[in-house]
Amino acid sequence: MSFSYPILPGGHLLAIEGLEPPHISALLELAESYALLNRSGKTQRDLLKGRTLINLFFEDSTRTRTSFELAGKRLGADVINMSVSQSSVNKGETLIDTASTLNAMHCDLLVVRHAQSGAPALLSQKVSACVINAGDGTHEHPTQALLDALTIRRRKGRLEGLTVAICGDVLHSRVARSNIHLLSAMNARVRIVGPPTLIPAEAARMGVEVHHDMRNGLAGADVVMMLRLQKERMVGGLVPSSREFFRFYGLDAEKLAWAKPDAIVMHPGPMNRGIEIDSAIADDPERSVIGEQVEMGVAVRMAVLDVLARELRRNA
Amino acid sequence: MHNAPADRRAQPLLIQNARLLDPASGLDAPGAILLRGGLIEAVGAVTAPEGAAVLDAEGACLAPGLVDMRASTGEPGHEHRETIASLALAASAGGITTVCALPNTTPVLDDPAVLQFVLRRGEATGRIDLLPYGAATKHCEGREIAEYGLLKEAGAIAFSDGTKAIGNARTMRLALSYAKAFGSFVVQHPEEPALAQGGAATEGELATRLGLPGIPRAAEAMLVRRDIALARLTGGHVHFAHVSTAEALAEIRAAKAEGLRVTCDTAPPYFDLNETAIGDYRSYAKLSPPLRPEADRQAVVAALADGTIDAIASDHQPHDADDKRLPFAQAEAGGTGLATLLGVTLARVHGGDLSLLAALALLTSRPAALLGLPSGRLAPGAPANLVLFHLERGWQVKAGALPGKAQNSPFDGRALEGKVLGTWKAGRRVFG
Repeated sequence: MSFSYPILPGGHLLAIEGLEPPHISALLELAESYALLNRSGKTQRDLLKGRTLINLFFEDSTRTRTSFELAGKRLGADVINMSVSQSSVNKGETLIDTASTLNAMHCDLLVVRHAQSGAPALLSQKVSACVINAGDGTHEHPTQALLDALTIRRRKGRLEGLTVAICGDVLHSRVARSNIHLLSAMNARVRIVGPPTLIPAEAARMGVEVHHDMRNGLAGADVVMMLRLQKERMVGGLVPSSREFFRFYGLDAEKLAWAKPDAIVMHPGPMNRGIEIDSAIADDPERSVIGEQVEMGVAVRMAVLDVLARELRRNA
Repeated sequence: MHNAPADRRAQPLLIQNARLLDPASGLDAPGAILLRGGLIEAVGAVTAPEGAAVLDAEGACLAPGLVDMRASTGEPGHEHRETIASLALAASAGGITTVCALPNTTPVLDDPAVLQFVLRRGEATGRIDLLPYGAATKHCEGREIAEYGLLKEAGAIAFSDGTKAIGNARTMRLALSYAKAFGSFVVQHPEEPALAQGGAATEGELATRLGLPGIPRAAEAMLVRRDIALARLTGGHVHFAHVSTAEALAEIRAAKAEGLRVTCDTAPPYFDLNETAIGDYRSYAKLSPPLRPEADRQAVVAALADGTIDAIASDHQPHDADDKRLPFAQAEAGGTGLATLLGVTLARVHGGDLSLLAALALLTSRPAALLGLPSGRLAPGAPANLVLFHLERGWQVKAGALPGKAQNSPFDGRALEGKVLGTWKAGRRVFG
C-alpha cells in the first residue's frame, strides 16, 4: 500500500483530533491488512529493521505496552521498554531530561504514556523521534480509538451511520475523547452516557448527544462502549459508591436489552467487573468483542509504526 | 514616596516639545515640563531657567510614570526567578515608576521586618517606588488576620493574600472590618478555592478537548458576590484583583452603583487574549485566573471603557523555564507583564475601545488615587515620575529578549504599537 501524502501530519501521532477522515480510513485499511497477516501467522520483520522503538511509560500499563512491544517486534524493530517510576516524575523536569537522554540514544519511534495531558506533545517538541501518544492524562489515547474503530468496522462492516454509546466515566477518559473525535469524523452518531458528575463540561460541543440515563442512552445503539470507572475518583465524591454506580450505570443484561439486539459490547480494559460491567456480559461471546479489541490493538499499532517509519524514510 | 529624597542640587531638566498627557486634569496638549529636586516644578508653557538641561521630546507623549498596583517579585525566596533589582529594570523599561508587590514571597510579608527588607531593596534600585502589600492573613494561609497596624506603620500599602484567595468568609469579614481601623483595604484574588482546586484552565469546551482540569468561570463571581456582601456588612473596602469574567464585572458594577466601597483592577492578558492562547498546551499562557472565552474578554474591555474597572495592573508573575517547561497542568501559572503593560493597553486605544487619556488614567491617576499616592499626575509638586513614549512606534514581544530576568510572557510574539522612549523616577532618568 502506498500513500501520496503523509497520513500522520507532523510525523507524530499525538491525537485523533485534527486527523482527517481519509487519514483515518487509510490507517484502518492498513491495520486491516496487518490483522489478516497476523492471523496467517506470517511476520514482516524487515520493515523496521535497524529501527529503535522505545516504550516510555510513566504510568503503569500492561496491555498497551505489550501491544506496542509485539507490534514493534513483528515489524523487526529493536524494542526497549522504559518504565519510569511515579515518584521520580513528580518533578516534571524529568520529562525534558528524559528527552535529552532519548535524543542521545538515537531513538526512532517513541511510544509515550503519561499521567499529564499534553506530555507527549511537549516531548515531541524536544525529541528527534516520531512520538506516539499511548495515553496522556485525560486528553487522548489515539491508538485505542483506532483499534476500537477497526473492531467495530470488522463486526458491523462500517462506521458511518452507526449509533455508538460511550458509557461511564467520560470525564476522566482519554479513550472516550479519542473515540468521540474519531467516530464523529467518520459520521457515526456518538452518545455519551453517565451521571452528570462524570460528564465533561460542554461535552455536547464535541458533537455528541449527552444522556444521563442508560435506557435513553442505549436505545437503538449498535455499539455499547463501556469505560473503566477509575475507583480513585470516588475519593473525590464524584459518585457516592460503586454499588450505586453499578445499579444505575453498570452494564448488565437488563440494560443491554435496551440496545439493538445485535449490539456489540466493548471495553478498553482493564475491567472492573461488577462495577461498570457484569461478568455475564463481559464474557458473553455473542455480544462482547473485548478479546477482538486486544487482537486489533496489535494490528493498529503495526499500521501506525509502519506509517511513521515511512515518514522517517521520507525525511532521511 | 518611600525613597530617599532626591538630590536637591541636581540640575533641573526641561523636557520640551512634548505631547503632555495628564489624565488627572484632562490635559492633552503640546508643551514642556520642568523637573527640579525630584519634583515636577512647572507644566505647560515653560521655558528653560538658567542652568537647566533641555531635552527635546520631538512631539512624543509624556505622561505620569505608570503605577502598577499588582506585581510579584521573586525576592525574597525565589531570586532565581527574579530579584527586586531585575524587576525594577523591567519596570523602568516599561515606563513604570511605582510597583505594588504581592506578599507571597518566601517568607511571606506578614512581619514588619520582612516587609521593610522589601522596601529597602526597592529603594536601593533607585528606579521605582516598590510598595509592598502586607499579608492579609498570617503566612497567607487564610485563617488568622495579620498585624495590619504594625505592617501599615512599616510601610504596607494595603493588605492581601496575593495570589491566594481568602476563602473563609469569617476571616474575610474580619479582614475587611479590621483594615478599616487603619484606613486601608483588602485586595482579594477572587476565585472560590474549593471550586478552583486542581484546575489549570477555564472549564469549557477547550479544557474538555485538551483534557485539562477546569475551573468554572462562576468561581470568580461567586467569591466576588460573597465579598460584596461582606463589604456591605462591615463597611470595609474590598478590592478585587485581575477580574476576568463578565459575571463578576456585573456584580462589581452593581455594587458600585449601590455605593459600596468596592474597587477592582484587571490585567492586560484579560483584555488582550482569550483562552485559545493555551492551545497546544502553551504553558506561557497558563495564568491565574486562567484565560477566558472571548465573550469574557469583550466584557473586560467594556468594563474598562465604562469605568467599572479602576486600574490596569501588570499582574507580573516571574517564572523561569523550569517552572514552565512542564506538562500544562503541572506548569506554574502566571506571566511577566512589566515591559508590556503600556503597549498592550495602548492596543485598546489603537483598537478604538478607549481614549488615550482614559487608558492612561487606568495606568496612572486612578490607581494612584486608590492607593493614596501623590504620584500619577503631571502637576507642580508631584514627584517627577514620568514616561515618554511614542504612540505608534512598533515593536515585537520576544520571550528571551525582554528586559529583566523573567521571560515568561504570555504575549510572546505579539506585535505592539507604542514604545517607551524614556522613564524618569524622581527626576532621574532610569530608562532610555
